[in-house]
Amino acid sequence: MSTVRIPPTLRTSTGGAKTVEVPGGTVREVVAGLVAAHPSLGAQILAPDGELNRFVNAFLNDTDVRHLQALDTPVGDGDTLVLLPAMAGG
Amino acid sequence: MTTETLDTPTTPAARITGMRCRNCGRTEPIGLSYVCPNCFGPLEVAYDYDLIRRTLTREVVERRGPGIWRFAELLPVDAPPKRGLAVGSTPLTLADRLAPSLGVDRLWIKDDTRNPSLSFKDRAVAIAAARAVEFGVEALCCASTGNLAGATAAAAAAIGLPAYVFIPADLEPAKVDHALAYGATVVPIAGTYDDVNRLCLEVADETGWGFVNINLRPFYAEGSKTLAYEIAESLGWRSPDVVVAPVASGAMFTRVARGFEELADLGLIERRPIRFVGAQAAGCSPVATAFAAGTDVIEPVREPDTIVRSLAIGNPADGRYAVELARDSGGSIEAIEDAKTAAAIREVARLEGIYPETAGGVTLGAVAAARRRGVIGDGDEVVALLTGNGLKTPDARTFGRADGVARPGEPGLAPVIRPSLSAFEAWLDGSAGGAA
Repeated sequence: MSTVRIPPTLRTSTGGAKTVEVPGGTVREVVAGLVAAHPSLGAQILAPDGELNRFVNAFLNDTDVRHLQALDTPVGDGDTLVLLPAMAGG
Repeated sequence: MTTETLDTPTTPAARITGMRCRNCGRTEPIGLSYVCPNCFGPLEVAYDYDLIRRTLTREVVERRGPGIWRFAELLPVDAPPKRGLAVGSTPLTLADRLAPSLGVDRLWIKDDTRNPSLSFKDRAVAIAAARAVEFGVEALCCASTGNLAGATAAAAAAIGLPAYVFIPADLEPAKVDHALAYGATVVPIAGTYDDVNRLCLEVADETGWGFVNINLRPFYAEGSKTLAYEIAESLGWRSPDVVVAPVASGAMFTRVARGFEELADLGLIERRPIRFVGAQAAGCSPVATAFAAGTDVIEPVREPDTIVRSLAIGNPADGRYAVELARDSGGSIEAIEDAKTAAAIREVARLEGIYPETAGGVTLGAVAAARRRGVIGDGDEVVALLTGNGLKTPDARTFGRADGVARPGEPGLAPVIRPSLSAFEAWLDGSAGGAA
């Protein structure tokens, strides 16, 4: 099981939960498992093709998954996945 | 200036209609929120331009004192704040000594090296700070590549809020000192700017602190529009042919374009096409790379490698919008090598008496590059935005070319000379006898 941290904007879909334990061997499987458990998240974070929409950045153990193997990045027990809005600017 | 000197006949609350998602159009009430609950897209402030059009005229603006609040109707606060720094109304300077060396016929420099904390970030922070007071946040914070650190710390000092400034731990010392001077709590993070930003997204969510460029971002981003308003007014209420600006997140670049668009919509300037040229450092150029590849998908840069720290954002939030703006306007996004950036800093300082930080060198490098590419043509009038002061990045000037010992008639540092006329004359004559 891995832990997914849920930002406040998405907590309405998780019944207020800040973290959700989700099974899955890759980021894609974890996201799918998360949406299966909390279906209304799908409209918020998935694009029509089922991938994460472009406003969502996923970080596995604090590293942007695009710097790893994107949605195919392996996820191990005890890993933490964070979903955050794509928002940066200094 | 104060609220009392502004005549704003529209009801303030009425001209600001709320927030709207840039992606899906969903509307939300004004508040400390920045993400669309529907699709995760960025929220922006929405205005009633019909209401603004009725009251905002050139004459109304011209009657007001200097600063960004000359354009208060187009800014997302109900009224100019009672407390705050004197931001904006920076000079637009004809750079006719520099122009020939960049190959352009007519060049203006928007000199934002001289805002209160020495960068354009004061414009954005002024708006965010005004809203932060209204929202009653406990602290004013930012994730910064450097210029925002000083701007946030200064604004927090002026309004009497604690400041937390999060920076990459290896930031230029001058920028760290600057933020410390204003009394900020500076929090160095062992990572890149993008690491800092990612952490701050979570900190903002969990603390409720006001992060100017995160949960106050819809307001903050609007401050950059004032660059366009001031340029248009300085040119006698018209737009230039080409605007060249640095691109980090892409927020300023795109909001400057919107600023000109608003003025045209309101009839304050004639609508003419403007080409927008963005400037990035070659060592961190995800937006320029996407532009060159003809895509709007931004591939993030994991480890920026450039002296241009103020533009070292590997994962730019508004990168896609910046690419679209450059492409749709007939402009470009240029990637400039650090050596050219340093050379451009030396040149503009020597020829125009304006000393920009690294992002300014990148911007001037982009003027020359866009000219070579043909984006800037014969007779074009170009405005280059120099958005920060060279005192913040003192090492950049000598990057790739250390100062030599100056001889008479040469720029540079002369040897130390004994305080006697004969010693000075010996140096002038070129003999070594004058050195102490």
